[in-house]
Amino acid sequence: MSLELRGITKRFGALTANDSIDLAVADGEIHAILGENGAGKSTLMNIVYGLLSPDSGSISVDGKAITINSPLDALAAGIGMVHQHFMLIPVFTVAENIVLGHEKVKGLGILDIESAKQEILRISAEFNFDIDPDALVEDLPVGLQQRVEIIRALIYDAKVLILDEPTAVLTPQETDELLKNMKKLRDKGRSIVFITHKLREVKEAADKITIIRRGKVVGTAQPSASQEELAALMVGRPVSLDVEKTTPKLGEVTLSVKDLTISDHTGRALVRNVSFDVHAGEILAVAGVQGNGQSELAEAIVGLQEHVTGHIALRGKEITRASVREALHAGIAFVPESREDDGLIGSFSIEENLILDLHDLPPYAKGPVISTSIVEEEAKARVKEFDIRTLSAKDSASSLSGGNKQKVVLARELSRPVKLVVASQPTRGLDVGSIEFVHERIIAERNSGRAVLLFSTELDEVTALADRIAVMYRGEFIAIVPADTSREELGLLMAGIRR
Amino acid sequence: MKLKKLILPLASFAMALFVGGLLVAFSDAKVLALKSQPLSMLSHAFSTAGSAYWALFRGSVFDPRLAEDHWLHGFYPLSETLVAATPLILTGLSVALAFRAGLFNIGAQGQFIAGAIGASWIGFTFELPYVIHTIAAMAVAIAFSGLYGGFVGFLKAKTGAHEVIVTIMLNYVAGYFLLWLLSTTAFLRPGRQDPLAPEVHKTARLPHLFGSDLRANLGFIVALAAAAGVWWLLNRSTWGFKFRAVGANASAARTAGISVPRVTTSVMFIAGALAGLGGAAQILGSEPAMTAGVGGSFGFDAITVALLGRATPLGTVFAALLFGGLRAGGLTMQASTETPLDLVLVIQALVVLFIAAPALIKSLFRLKNIETGETMASKGWNG
Repeated sequence: MSLELRGITKRFGALTANDSIDLAVADGEIHAILGENGAGKSTLMNIVYGLLSPDSGSISVDGKAITINSPLDALAAGIGMVHQHFMLIPVFTVAENIVLGHEKVKGLGILDIESAKQEILRISAEFNFDIDPDALVEDLPVGLQQRVEIIRALIYDAKVLILDEPTAVLTPQETDELLKNMKKLRDKGRSIVFITHKLREVKEAADKITIIRRGKVVGTAQPSASQEELAALMVGRPVSLDVEKTTPKLGEVTLSVKDLTISDHTGRALVRNVSFDVHAGEILAVAGVQGNGQSELAEAIVGLQEHVTGHIALRGKEITRASVREALHAGIAFVPESREDDGLIGSFSIEENLILDLHDLPPYAKGPVISTSIVEEEAKARVKEFDIRTLSAKDSASSLSGGNKQKVVLARELSRPVKLVVASQPTRGLDVGSIEFVHERIIAERNSGRAVLLFSTELDEVTALADRIAVMYRGEFIAIVPADTSREELGLLMAGIRR
Repeated sequence: MKLKKLILPLASFAMALFVGGLLVAFSDAKVLALKSQPLSMLSHAFSTAGSAYWALFRGSVFDPRLAEDHWLHGFYPLSETLVAATPLILTGLSVALAFRAGLFNIGAQGQFIAGAIGASWIGFTFELPYVIHTIAAMAVAIAFSGLYGGFVGFLKAKTGAHEVIVTIMLNYVAGYFLLWLLSTTAFLRPGRQDPLAPEVHKTARLPHLFGSDLRANLGFIVALAAAAGVWWLLNRSTWGFKFRAVGANASAARTAGISVPRVTTSVMFIAGALAGLGGAAQILGSEPAMTAGVGGSFGFDAITVALLGRATPLGTVFAALLFGGLRAGGLTMQASTETPLDLVLVIQALVVLFIAAPALIKSLFRLKNIETGETMASKGWNG
């Protein structure tokens, strides 16, 4: 089935999220839509799937114009979607999740789940999905949950499948599996719209590539195009994908973690017996699939976790029980995983966000009074140094783009005397330009003799920045390996397999 | 920008007056009797509502008849408005401050009573010189009510007990404790059976501002000073910075090293102290003999006042003046036009209703691009 969009325009207030976008997805092709975060990819797909209605433009399927007002219309037209965040109910079985909203009943209102199970088994067998319809969704690994989502689309006979950033939550191996399955689906006559910002995956799986930038289609490309070419189209200027890095000059041990165990309030261990050292002048990158204890480990180092046993020492000084404030002032810069939730106060001005940590210390405060003039001056200097794009430092932090928000966090955290930088997913959701900036900044910190502990689920980022790589699996450091370890081996370690 | 923010509350007030006017007019028997003559019915309705509102004005701002013997007496109603507004300003500030730190202080009522008890006790028990007596009474009121509020913050910080539940319960505790206290020999006025405390001594009273004929007293100035203090605290001090940070995003504040439990406790202490200062101002200013009903509904009206004032100190002062005026004027309206006092409550409720429904007001007045306080009113419950 072919899908064609013509002149799709969608505005949100002053922002034009989609500016007369044309897109033609041919029958039986994997069509990648490549664009940075905020380029308008998701808006476009939400329009196709009936979650948003366009201001103008038309959608046609197999040459016939159709109107889509709801996901039901989209499904009826043969369009299915797998969202970035799965729409599954964890405590329901696979079959229950799949029939949800389309429950068939036998007489007397009894749910007919058997026929759904048969159908699931049939599709699962056809594509080698290996899905048990009676399994609880919460017991399935993320990769399988995603297959449940795909089956849900297929069971309603979707001929065009929209996959929204499907690899964001997967291990490298799971990603490979998914790409293989996408090809299988294509070979069986399905068309796939593959939304992503990851160049490697596009090159590997796509038959055709459409690049969107700032709500407009800026070009199409063949998968044979080089990553540099694709990135340049996506960002609008040439970008260097390689991080320039010299050999590390190792200094003394800056962070020393011994037998660290972190539990949640129920006593369940989230991090188990982790021990490692980070030296001044090196980047230790912690790789791993999201949710294997990385967030908790990062938080524990700055004192944000409550139930901690073991030892954390900064330059030999014990900080295991230190408060957040003590840890930060002992010389730790902390870039939290979620900028919006933990890094910034959205309703505060940029100025205020820059002094969240130091607002009650000189020079910002004289006694109990905050000195507005010094806050203003310092903010101006930071905005300049970190190239924060804003009209005024008095604007609220929530008005900034993701990249600029992260620059505010970095500007604040790196403006204290710092011995150790703990950065958790520092480039998540950022555009290529901002990623470049953050990477350069991290390398600069390391080159100036600070220790860096980097947590990242992006393998590319890990291999580009790390001097050593630790892989975390189910709360443990399964291995600490050299930076030149192959992706395959790292992928296996991330899945908990030691060779 | 500043002006734009005013449009919405003013429009809400205008709408409330309009709807209230309709209610006055069409609940009037004479107006209803004229059903068959629509034109004269309309003119009669207009004059009925007009005279009710004129009475409301005479009762809350200026009464020309009272001005006949002395011009200052004409402002007697305005003085009454200030008297009624004083406790509302202070309790309103209490709620507003807690609000800005992400806490919903429903306990201004109990804290007000704690303050009144403290001020009354010092006021009638001890013999002290002028000024010192007043300051001592206020200081004890602040200590009592501050601890009463701070206790809530402490509980929340230590155990996570939700401040809404705890403050509601503590309101009952304060109310019944006062009732018991007024039955003890220490507090019951000698020779009385009904719950009534002795009057506080003259040395502790807050002086009148415009001579002894007008009841307006220094309490109003204290309230204004408190408002200025809260403004300074929130916008210029390091404490206020922490308060606002925790209120706007507690987890980001925590990540930046701000101690949320400490903020919770200190905010609730200060909020309690503000409400208690209201209780002190009431006792030392306009109601020197404490009764079991000293708290009135100040603590609850405070929530409305703070919301109406958008949880800013200046807004709270204006909202309290508005409510004070309605309260003072309502009595005159009832006396001179037979419009029930309840109507004033209806108008108060309507103002709040229209403020709480900004979308309605915006569409009625075709206002565009005005920021509304929708998020404000729904915050604070998720903590």
